[in-house]
Amino acid sequence: MIPGSFEYHRPSSVQEAIGLLAKLGDDGRAIAGGHTLIPMMKLRLATPAHLVDLSGIADLKGIRADGSDIVIGAMTTQHELIGSDLLASNIPILRETSLQVADPQVRYVGTLGGNVANGDPGNDMPAVMMCLGASYHVMGKGGERRVAAREFYQGAYFTALEDGDVLTAIRIPVPPAGHGYAYEKLKRKIGDYATAAAAVVLTMSGGKVADCSIGLTNVAETPLWAEEAAKILNGSSLDAATVKRAVAAAEAITAPAADARGPAAYRTKMAGVMLARALARAKSKARG
Amino acid sequence: MAKSQVAMKVNGKTVEALVEPRTLLIHFLREQLSLTGPHIGCETSHCGACTVDLDGKSVKSCTMFAVQANGADIRTIEGMANADGTLHPLQEGFREMHGLQCGFCTPGMIMRAYRLLQENKNPSEEEIRFGIAGNLCRCTGYQNIVKAIQYAAAKLNGVPFQEAAE
Ligand SMILES: Cc1cc2nc3c(=O)[nH]c(=O)nc-3n(C[C@H](O)[C@H](O)[C@H](O)COP(=O)(O)OP(=O)(O)OC[C@H]3O[C@@H](n4cnc5c(N)ncnc54)[C@H](O)[C@@H]3O)c2cc1C
Ligand code: FES
Ligand code: FES
Repeated sequence: MIPGSFEYHRPSSVQEAIGLLAKLGDDGRAIAGGHTLIPMMKLRLATPAHLVDLSGIADLKGIRADGSDIVIGAMTTQHELIGSDLLASNIPILRETSLQVADPQVRYVGTLGGNVANGDPGNDMPAVMMCLGASYHVMGKGGERRVAAREFYQGAYFTALEDGDVLTAIRIPVPPAGHGYAYEKLKRKIGDYATAAAAVVLTMSGGKVADCSIGLTNVAETPLWAEEAAKILNGSSLDAATVKRAVAAAEAITAPAADARGPAAYRTKMAGVMLARALARAKSKARG
Repeated sequence: MAKSQVAMKVNGKTVEALVEPRTLLIHFLREQLSLTGPHIGCETSHCGACTVDLDGKSVKSCTMFAVQANGADIRTIEGMANADGTLHPLQEGFREMHGLQCGFCTPGMIMRAYRLLQENKNPSEEEIRFGIAGNLCRCTGYQNIVKAIQYAAAKLNGVPFQEAAE
């Protein structure tokens, strides 16, 4: 399994990368950690004539606080997310999710930017980003723009990225102190994509849900933001009857494919089970 | 396709070579450098038999191009034993605890365990199992691999190894 031939470029600035990608058009492809792209190239499902390696661009690295947001460079690896104290104390769902992505070797190399830019509904981070209300910094021919994660995903492997765009950073508003969170993922084994998974971030006040957001992984052509389900939960004490209604609302927006992970109806049901578990665990962690 | 010049440190020695950009690191190590310790198990990024240590990370060398490793510092199983031939505590642990049967997974397993013990000097059994989850073994059932890594951790920490009761 040897990939097709290509020419290799390793720019040292975002401008240079964008220039190259613009010039190469359809023939060029960005490579980050390569842990999605190289397997696809080996299978000749991807045959780029030019690879533009983003790993030499220092500006794409690092995790920093910016006002009430945290900004994560696209080339930050999942391993680095797990090791970040800033994230552990401010957005702990990222560590929890990263530990459920792939296996140790993949996490050393796979990047957050690649995970969210890829557009594969099986990737775990996109639903978490929708849940958190993150936005993506994108640089292209026309300069920089920001795209909300909730508006980024258009279909399997179709995103708001245009040819020649580089996703440079992920901006996440820090959830309120004392928030509860959970990422519940059903998988057949370590290193497997989700049969179904649910991300929950919520805040409680006086025993009632003050705010709640839900993302779902791998149960449709795109990751899903379950807005209706979250609305049902707002103001409730997460009592069984309300959770049941919210789970039904979340299941209703799923449209999973039947694959080796199970038939569609099963995966929809598992999305509901993951959501119920994530809600219970998030509640147990929330203060207030 | 034009070849690219790469230079990297492998097991402490600097190597320079010309590679096609599409040459995978595992093929470069095995075929150009004759380091056949790193194995090709699945070729699909799943089994971990090709794991090498690269700039402080455990990496599946079947899922990286040699050009991406330009400038890197790499260690393979061939670089584990001491110059006088005495074994690294991990190699010794695998021998003493019967951490291998056919041995196909062992080079990758040891290189992964090496990095795990660099990051966590005294891992629990659970941490070891989670830490080697990217390496598949078809023979041992993992029990003795876990023991081998515990043996090495004890030896590296200078404490006597105590096998857990079954
Ligand atoms: C065995 C195995 C198991 C895995 N299991 C999981 C799992 O459970 N969950 C999960 O979420 N993922 C999983 N993955 C995927 C892994 O997390 C990938 O590394 C990740 O999805 C992609 O990141 P990357 O840096 O490797 O991207 P690459 O493979 O380099 O790139 C992926 C795509 O995104 C584009 N791209 C990358 N970065 C940018 C950027 N900054 N701007 C614009 N375009 C960009 C590339 O052009 C390419 O099309 C697994 C991978 C393997 C090999
Ligand atoms: S050969 Fe590289 S992971 Fe199996
Ligand atoms: S000893 Fe045979 S695969 Fe592990």
